[in-house]
Amino acid sequence: MRYLPKSPAEREEMLAAIGAKSIEELFSSIPEAYRLRKPLNLPGPFSEAEVIRYFEARGAENSLGYSRFLGAGVYSHLRSVVTDAILQRGEFLTSYTPYQAEISQGTLQAIFEFQTLMCQLTGQEVANASMYDGSTATTEAVLMAERLTGRRRVLVARTLHPEYREVLRTYAKNSGLLVEEIGFGPAGTLDLNGLKGALRDDVCSVVVQSPNFLGAIESLGPIADTVHGAGALLVVAIAEALSLGLVKPPSEADIVAMEGQSFGLAPSYGGPFVGVIASREKFVRQMPGRLAGQTTDVNGHRGFVLTLATREQHIRREKATSNICTNQALCALAATVHLTLLGKEGIREMAEQNLAKAQFALQELEKIPGIKRSFAAPFFNEFAVELPRSVKIVNAELLKSKIIGPYVVGSAYPELSKHALVCVTETTSRAEIEKFVSAVKSALETPL
Amino acid sequence: MAYPTNYRYTKEHEWIDAKGGTATIGITDYAQSELGDVVFVEMPAAGTKLTAGKTFGTVESVKAVSEIYSPATGEVVEANAALQAKPETINSDPHGDGWLVKIKLANPVEVSGLMDAAAYEAYIEEKKKEASA
Amino acid sequence: MNAKIKKASRHVNQNEGLIFEKSSPGKRGFELPPLDVPAVDAGKALGAAYRRDGVEGFPEVSEIEVIRHFTRLSTWNFAIDLGMYPLGSCTMKYNPRVNEHVARLAGIATEHPYQPQELSQGCLKILSLLEKCLLEITGMDVITLQPAAGAQGELTGLLLIRAHHQKHGNPRKKVLIPDSAHGTNPATAVIAGYEVQNIKSDSNGQVDLAHLREQVDETVAALMLTNPSTLGIFEQQIPEIAEILHAKGALLYMDGANMNALAGVTRPGDMGVDVMHLNLHKTFSTPHGGGGPGAGPVAMKKILEPFLPVPILVEKEGGRLALDYQRKESVGRVRAFGGNFGVLVRALAYILAYGPGVRQATEDAVLNANYIRKHLEGTYDLPYTRPSMHEVVFSDAIQKRRGVNTMDIAKRLIDYGFHPYTTAFPLIVPGALMIEPTESESKEECDYFIETMKSVAEEAEKNPELVKTAPHTTRIRRLDEVGAARRPILRWKSGETPRSDEPGTPKVKVATPTIPTC
Repeated sequence: MRYLPKSPAEREEMLAAIGAKSIEELFSSIPEAYRLRKPLNLPGPFSEAEVIRYFEARGAENSLGYSRFLGAGVYSHLRSVVTDAILQRGEFLTSYTPYQAEISQGTLQAIFEFQTLMCQLTGQEVANASMYDGSTATTEAVLMAERLTGRRRVLVARTLHPEYREVLRTYAKNSGLLVEEIGFGPAGTLDLNGLKGALRDDVCSVVVQSPNFLGAIESLGPIADTVHGAGALLVVAIAEALSLGLVKPPSEADIVAMEGQSFGLAPSYGGPFVGVIASREKFVRQMPGRLAGQTTDVNGHRGFVLTLATREQHIRREKATSNICTNQALCALAATVHLTLLGKEGIREMAEQNLAKAQFALQELEKIPGIKRSFAAPFFNEFAVELPRSVKIVNAELLKSKIIGPYVVGSAYPELSKHALVCVTETTSRAEIEKFVSAVKSALETPL
Repeated sequence: MAYPTNYRYTKEHEWIDAKGGTATIGITDYAQSELGDVVFVEMPAAGTKLTAGKTFGTVESVKAVSEIYSPATGEVVEANAALQAKPETINSDPHGDGWLVKIKLANPVEVSGLMDAAAYEAYIEEKKKEASA
Repeated sequence: MNAKIKKASRHVNQNEGLIFEKSSPGKRGFELPPLDVPAVDAGKALGAAYRRDGVEGFPEVSEIEVIRHFTRLSTWNFAIDLGMYPLGSCTMKYNPRVNEHVARLAGIATEHPYQPQELSQGCLKILSLLEKCLLEITGMDVITLQPAAGAQGELTGLLLIRAHHQKHGNPRKKVLIPDSAHGTNPATAVIAGYEVQNIKSDSNGQVDLAHLREQVDETVAALMLTNPSTLGIFEQQIPEIAEILHAKGALLYMDGANMNALAGVTRPGDMGVDVMHLNLHKTFSTPHGGGGPGAGPVAMKKILEPFLPVPILVEKEGGRLALDYQRKESVGRVRAFGGNFGVLVRALAYILAYGPGVRQATEDAVLNANYIRKHLEGTYDLPYTRPSMHEVVFSDAIQKRRGVNTMDIAKRLIDYGFHPYTTAFPLIVPGALMIEPTESESKEECDYFIETMKSVAEEAEKNPELVKTAPHTTRIRRLDEVGAARRPILRWKSGETPRSDEPGTPKVKVATPTIPTC
């Protein structure tokens, strides 16, 4: 077998050196009754070509050839081939967590650069080396706020991604955390009065997503004032990280929980992605996840090490800030390479293209009778529109033109059953947008 | 390092220097040498109530976290703020400038039940013998 | 460099500063196709939310500088592709390149989790086949592929256990964890809302059955057992352990980190395990990538099926696959979307390459570990003498007499061209050396490793200072971890962060480095 570097003769030699007559002997500590007598019923073995053919065949059974107007937490963006050229280097791909700093400086310096980029993007003072994704980063941010304040209630905007809210509830159930939702107003943004009404001195944090799930950009200043006035912490979740290329960073936030998938990670049917927690320096000892810190070696040369490890599970065990061990390191590296390629001007330009294309799409859609924009708040690359008929029916028609239509808002917000969440990125051409708009128009004109 | 004869000591390697109704608490030279270089200290705020035998803070090295147990019952008057910037003081001067908290004693008589310097030194000799056995 | 060091040699290795230090306004690394719709005034569109000054401090470098920067950085890393990485319980095996290729295929990497299910049948088939294969390997009834890593798998498992007990009227209070367990076990139990109670190991390094019998009552929800244990020793009494637990209605959770000793040879499901997680980035070859991503699927017996996290993969009429979100008793979700799909693809590619032959990998892993053990017994202290499976744990007791500890020995291995083994874990072995070669090491590499370990033992005896100040040949020597923790510098800031060659950077005292574990 090509992954096993042993010849039959070598196996014999090694068994002889051990003094065992057969490999069976080495498994004698497993009770007889549980030792398998026949091979497992598994497909294969496949040669390399057969493995590739299998997955190519599966790939052909998906959505190749379709254009797509879906966002809702996962975004299609351009990725440079340079990113994979770096990621595929064996020294990055096949190395381990950098506990042995002397032979992991490549990984550690890249993490330090990632942490820096995340701080620059979010306007925060420190950032960690990654969480699993935006949903768990948001949850861990809330748990962090709970530890910092000693309070047990959290107020969550209803416009926080529905699956992020589900994850928070799953974790909250067992930690005695009480989760309450605050609704949104006609502009599509957080109901500030609703928030004021619900705030009491038992609230550890308020969680707001911006741009929120409905695409609306929140006004964080007044929200932050209200939250801080009650002694609580403001957690801002960001699902579309590219928005930070054009949208003011949430520096008013105490903790930012971000999904970095937009930076060099393919949609990949939902994962792996990369979550980040960024916060103030004074909170760093309550921050979960790994941290790379700068230091010097015995000769005074600059180097990097994992630091503040006493927060983590391998030292603190049951008193750790989190149970996280394996994180999303290679994905964080992808984001780091991607962002350094884009640079200051590139991220702005990419964000501008998203903004322009989304505005164009909305403008064209609004020309169709019966379609109107759902919310007045400014948006980045995602916006909701109200259709005169069911989004599901329209989407079914669009599929016939090989278009995967917008997210059906009604599936997460039953009262918004005729609303569609349209996402347009720099990867969508003008021709595709025009074809989409025209297909929507036809779909609405088709008799029911 | 000598163990001040006017201090009292606990089995968890804390010392207490009681003067009338107030006392200063810290960790012993043995404790700091076991722990290694101290990188961070977490102490309670003034006003916090402490109970004898219960933990009230932590002292951290790079690879370990030590819980600190209070030798006596009382209320925190002051935590040693200088340790935030210079936690290494605990290593260089554990019985002096490396003090952790000053408290108002609820029950000053409690302290006389703890080990004196001679008893503590004998105790750590035993510990050292156990470790190398 | 001495004559025994054959594998490693000094070579040219370039310096490289931080990417921010190479930045200069006007440089670009990536260009976009021109905008094909009318440009928009961002200030007008976004109003007060507009980020007028862009991202301050963001680097501005060219493509070649990015390639050189990261390529130089990469040359400072050790990796499996370079040589043996005997980290215990990490299972640092070869990461097959075809796995990387298939995960990147158009139609695989490009799919959106919310696209219509009828246009995702390829993805769903991959998930379905992987589920079936993992169930066959573990001997369990149902599985969830959602958790993003082992620790998250542990949490999911405990949430399932809690839901089960809750349904029976009493969620229970405690989870029993052996003192040899990985740190994620107790950390996870606390997050799941349970108290942790430690179970002692006996003189053979296995669960002390008498102690266990005393501890198991109706307040115990489960025992989290790693099998083989972190000592690499098979818990022979696992059927009795299961019985003791089940008699009081408690469940047996197995930490599957050490599946590399079992796959194809035996199945946890046959031994009384109720629920377990797998680490796809260990046993199933998905790359560690410097710390992740991984995946931690959780396989279980039917009794826990009602509580599976949503969505659940189901088969409909005509063989069509679908995702079912409606499960009233589900514990919920542990993460958004379905799971680390790209990692799941790689794991399936690995399984398909081996087929039923996966047993051979397990046999070779156990063969390598025992070969190494045989040759190093006597040179290094072996605290537990029961048969080793895929990993062996020595201690530094012999070398300690000369003042050389496990960390020092590990650092000296670097000079010989190896990555260190796991030091100072499990906690029940003071000064542990935890060695797991995996099946990916040839006899030649194992022989070099044995020679190296013997040579270092000799150095510890004759020239301890050499070992205590290792490594000597890396571009960076031992780092000041104390300074890094006392005054953390966690990001670059313009004007503040000194370059490595600036004069006047003081020589600092070297601290005992942190205990790395797997």
